[in-house]
Amino acid sequence: MNTDNTLIHVENLVKHFPITRGFFQKQIGAVRAVDDVSFSIQRGETLGLVGESGCGKSTTGRCILQLYRPTSGRVEFDGVDLVSLNKDDLRHTRRTMQMIFQDPYASLNPRMTVGEIVGEPLLIHKVASGREVLERVAYLLEVVNLNPSFASRYPHEFSGGQRQRIGVARALSLQPSFIVCDEPISALDVSIQAQVVNMLEELQQRFNLTYLFIAHDLSVVRHISTRVAVMYLGVIVELAGRKELYNSPLHPYTQALLSAVPIPDPSAEARRKRTILEGDVPSPADPPSGCRFRTRCPIADQACAVARPQFREIRPGHFVACHLIK
Amino acid sequence: MSDSLLEVKELETQFKTPDGLIHAVNGVSFGLKEGETLGVVGESGCGKSVTMLSVLRLIPSPPGKVTSGQAYFLGHDLLKMSDTEIRDVRGAQISMVFQDPMTSLNPVLTVGLQLQEPLILHLGMSRSQAQTRAAELLEMVGIPKAKERLNDFPHQFSGGMRQRVMIAMALSCSPQILIADEPTTALDVTIQAQVTDLVRRLRDELGMSIIWITHDLGVVAGLAQRVIVMYGGFIIEEAPVDDLFANPFHPYTLGLIQSLPRVDEEKHRKLYSIEGLPPVLYEKPTSCPFAPRCKWVLERCWQENPSLENVTPRHSVACWVDSTMWGRS
Repeated sequence: MNTDNTLIHVENLVKHFPITRGFFQKQIGAVRAVDDVSFSIQRGETLGLVGESGCGKSTTGRCILQLYRPTSGRVEFDGVDLVSLNKDDLRHTRRTMQMIFQDPYASLNPRMTVGEIVGEPLLIHKVASGREVLERVAYLLEVVNLNPSFASRYPHEFSGGQRQRIGVARALSLQPSFIVCDEPISALDVSIQAQVVNMLEELQQRFNLTYLFIAHDLSVVRHISTRVAVMYLGVIVELAGRKELYNSPLHPYTQALLSAVPIPDPSAEARRKRTILEGDVPSPADPPSGCRFRTRCPIADQACAVARPQFREIRPGHFVACHLIK
Repeated sequence: MSDSLLEVKELETQFKTPDGLIHAVNGVSFGLKEGETLGVVGESGCGKSVTMLSVLRLIPSPPGKVTSGQAYFLGHDLLKMSDTEIRDVRGAQISMVFQDPMTSLNPVLTVGLQLQEPLILHLGMSRSQAQTRAAELLEMVGIPKAKERLNDFPHQFSGGMRQRVMIAMALSCSPQILIADEPTTALDVTIQAQVTDLVRRLRDELGMSIIWITHDLGVVAGLAQRVIVMYGGFIIEEAPVDDLFANPFHPYTLGLIQSLPRVDEEKHRKLYSIEGLPPVLYEKPTSCPFAPRCKWVLERCWQENPSLENVTPRHSVACWVDSTMWGRS
């Protein structure tokens, strides 16, 4: 199963959050945030994970890093199953996998200086001490194009884009090989987004990083990803190479999603055909039977309500979960 | 005044903050014609929302204050009206849809009651007339089982549905102008497409004018006829939508357009990035506000703030740089 180039291999990953009621916290149901998801990420590539809010994309990212312990399934990192690791081994492995968060205002401790924030992982993992930490912090700040003298300042002195750079410097401090980028640019202004995207691409080249890039913005995902997975209500409905997915999407949800993205070009906008989906995403606590997308699908038939479509390879490297695609 | 429905002239708005006086809007002038959709584009803090809130006199004072300017609506200056007069305009003739549908609906009142309020206040309908009309409005914005949903509270609606309720409320008195302040920013793409489609349909049916405030150039490209680009409290470029995207004259507009990755883009390119940060204006600038971030900055840009000048009859820009300098014939 594990070829040389696979860094992350996720198999049948499930994460249910219990819904409880009453004094004894009796479980009365579950939010099926991630419901049987399988994919792998190759070394050095960027896997884009797109979907609307609540589809389980962030939960998937957190389950890979074991920030949430999966309900069931396997997550292999470099051939090691992370789910079965004990706390100590896990902490040791975590060094090589890091995360960049969405909100640069909430993800930095306001009472710590930038130097303390970026240096903390080094101290926790005891990879450096004393002067070494300071030198390393200065180097890291330079790597993300910040002035090393900023180390003594506090997060509130920085703009959103600069804070996101600090978050990236922290993620890089332990020289990880894998980074989960959870909507890293969604909270930033348009003119700042490009700065951060360009930086992430440069860093990937320079340090040979592997990214899981979670976002709801399909244009950015097209720009940065090698392959793209589309999630809907806890399942991956389609996964393919970037070009293939954007040029010949097969799943009706992917097609609708792509047609809904506005293009900053009036003539292209005027020429487009839109598929507008009816209704809203159903609740993940009570997902539809069979295919999860059938309640909004423009082409669904009776069969879709009965069985859950298999996630299968239609063409080499192009996976899709839909009954109606032969 | 002219053929414009709304004519804003030299509007200036300032805010007193503990850190000093912030010049949020600095002499903004624009017009809105009947039936026209005007896009107002800019990043956070550029003054786009404050401009519209100033026009409707919704700026909380203190700390904010509209220090000068006029806003003529059908020949009357909105900024000089008495409180009762402006209240008759707001919601009835000019209405607004806000960004966050959760915080702009009252959580303890049913959607029906909130929809009926403007009908009773502005149009003098009776409770039962208002109820029938409210159901029609919900139906118009595509909410299924409209009659039953009137008794629901805002939290029982999804984000997209709430935004539809907001739009229904804004349209309840058939306003001549609808001001939409980032109405789709908090929504998912498929829901955003539903809402913009709805607005486009209603615009054609009802023939109203729309001012659509957004930071998303993609949405503007598909919806607006004319676009205003704002930066640092100034309008820096104004043009018909096709013209703006095909021939941006201001380096900031050009940068914004080129910094966006496109979903229909085949080739991978390095994204154009505008270095630096948008300004916070503690003083009224005497130089071009974009000068510190501009690649083509000239000596003159630091000495004089350029005013908005026409380059073609319908396209105007505030920039000293000769646009041929940045590689366009």
